[in-house]
Amino acid sequence: MQQTRTVELGTGLFALLGMGALFFLTTQTTGGEDFSADETFEITARFDNVGSLRPRAPVSMSGVTIGRVTRIEFDPSALEAIVTMDIDARYDQIPEDSDASILTAGLLGSQYVGLQAGGSEFSLEEGSEILLTQSAIVLESLIGKFLVRGGSDGAD
Amino acid sequence: MDTVSDNLIEIHDLDYSFGARKIFNGLNLTIKRGQVTAIMGPSGTGKTTLLRLITRQIVPDHGVILVDGVDIATLNQTELYDLRKRFGMLFQNGALLTDLSVFENVAFPLREHTRLTNRLIRHVVLTKLHAVGLRGAADMMPQQLSGGMARRVALARAMVMDPDILIYDEPFVGLDPISMGVIVRLVRRMNDALGISSIIVSHDVQEISTVADCSYLISKGTVAASGSPDELNNASSELVRQFMHGMADGPVAFHYDAPDYAEQLLGRDAE
Amino acid sequence: MFRDLYYTIFDFVRTFGALQLFFLRLLMYTPAVLSRRFGLVIGQVYNAGALSLVIIIICGLFVGAVLGLQGFSNLSRFNAEDSVGAVAALALVKELGPVITALLFAGRAGTALSSEIGLMKATDQLSAMEMMAVNPIRRVVVPRFLGGVVAMPLLAAVFSMVGLLGAHMVCVPLLGVDVGSFWQQMQQSVEVADINEGIIKSFVFGVAASLLAVWEGYNAIPTAEGVGRATTRTVVLTAIVVLIFDFMITAVAI
Repeated sequence: MQQTRTVELGTGLFALLGMGALFFLTTQTTGGEDFSADETFEITARFDNVGSLRPRAPVSMSGVTIGRVTRIEFDPSALEAIVTMDIDARYDQIPEDSDASILTAGLLGSQYVGLQAGGSEFSLEEGSEILLTQSAIVLESLIGKFLVRGGSDGAD
Repeated sequence: MDTVSDNLIEIHDLDYSFGARKIFNGLNLTIKRGQVTAIMGPSGTGKTTLLRLITRQIVPDHGVILVDGVDIATLNQTELYDLRKRFGMLFQNGALLTDLSVFENVAFPLREHTRLTNRLIRHVVLTKLHAVGLRGAADMMPQQLSGGMARRVALARAMVMDPDILIYDEPFVGLDPISMGVIVRLVRRMNDALGISSIIVSHDVQEISTVADCSYLISKGTVAASGSPDELNNASSELVRQFMHGMADGPVAFHYDAPDYAEQLLGRDAE
Repeated sequence: MFRDLYYTIFDFVRTFGALQLFFLRLLMYTPAVLSRRFGLVIGQVYNAGALSLVIIIICGLFVGAVLGLQGFSNLSRFNAEDSVGAVAALALVKELGPVITALLFAGRAGTALSSEIGLMKATDQLSAMEMMAVNPIRRVVVPRFLGGVVAMPLLAAVFSMVGLLGAHMVCVPLLGVDVGSFWQQMQQSVEVADINEGIIKSFVFGVAASLLAVWEGYNAIPTAEGVGRATTRTVVLTAIVVLIFDFMITAVAI
């Protein structure tokens, strides 16, 4: 019977440790900024270029994550990208004329959508579209522009 | 007893090959109820294979094996397991389950097949262990037992479900004379006291003679001789005499089939 | 020569088919074993899991520490040494945790399973069970298989967690990475999907490693040499299969 007790104790400890480790991994290593809200509303925005924005990227305002990108599609008629976002329903007082830009976290970090408050008295709601947008800054074209200008400067 | 046939097991026309080697070729054999039947033969004649055929651990190529008049080839898994519950088998080295104690080894069939209470299981197991004289070893592990003790525990385990037929595979091999005597007496006592039938596979002529009611001598895939030990001892057949008296040469040649000795030594067959 | 090749391929296909059928048989007995003989499974979780903990913890600690060192020295070339936590966590959770755990499992628990079942076969214990009308696949093989399947994801999680602690111990006190950025960068970059990928991998590896171990043991040639060869084959086959599966799952997940 002594042996059975050892087995039970060992198995119990092992299972607890294993599940503890799983719990640790899911809670401690993931998402400090993980966005989860029970109720959300959906808004869209059109961009000329979304760069390397991906679904699940955060949508933030004043540095606080208020929503998530859910879908990125290409509109063949307007030749633009349509980005669909879910915004936490608590934030229902964001001015309608706020503008959205695709920003980069740090120099090489991942991209996210940043909202800048406007001045309208109407708020964003389910199905709203943000009209003022600024596309992602594509590093290559930026460098390209810089080089072209730098070169012409030198020629003068 | 009138309606039940005296023949417990009948084997008709059995063929079995292992790979290209033919082991049995038209074997016929009958095992009588209530007797100790010995199956003897030189090493490598497939005595153990015969036991595996009788218990359908393997299936013959041809031929019929009847147990109580039922062809065992026709049984499905459940019926086969029901049949096997009537057999108790003692393997060559006991085949005790190494991760269980002696007590749990003997209790194993009860725990698997019955819903007896722990108290009752304890009672039955200790009774059986007492019968083989190892009640004191109940808490030991199989690794701590000597060969003779392991075989006695296995015998207790084989008996624990009260089988009708006990099968012993080489029960005397590698035992000291005392343990051997103990096993021989146990075989006889179990058979007579419990009214069961026993089958012993062995090539130990001396021991078999003291315990068997009837012996079969198997050679070259068929039964070479049968009868009581005395009959076999006095048989005139050369093969039987060679086997019973342990002579080096006779029908069973000392040399395995080989090319001519002189030619092979001189290397002429290399070309 | 073509004949040999033909027979090799033929044998391979046949063995592969037999393995699938064996797997199906195990699955078929699984519900009955789980409901009626749960105690047997617990015992095997102990054998495969609890007894592997020591090797898993020691190896996890050192793998994590090496990840910390390497990550730090490589990332500092890009002035990004603060991301070392993120790099170590992603590598451990998605890749190294499940894979190294599976390889260690094959070496520690897989060989034990193979040799145990092989020896039971060689010493007629499986035949003895057959003769006692007990199905050895149900009584011996399935509980061991399930024990391995349950143990592997837990072991992989322990490995990843201990590995992170190892990386932390190297990076924060030794190399002077800021504690805050170490964990915060990690939390920003690791997503639930990454952890799910790790769990799925370790589960699949658990099934594969346990299946191969019990299969090799059950089909071992019942001699001392045959059992030895079966344990070797268990390690080799598990390593190959785990790495192939790893590639496939990673390819699907990305």
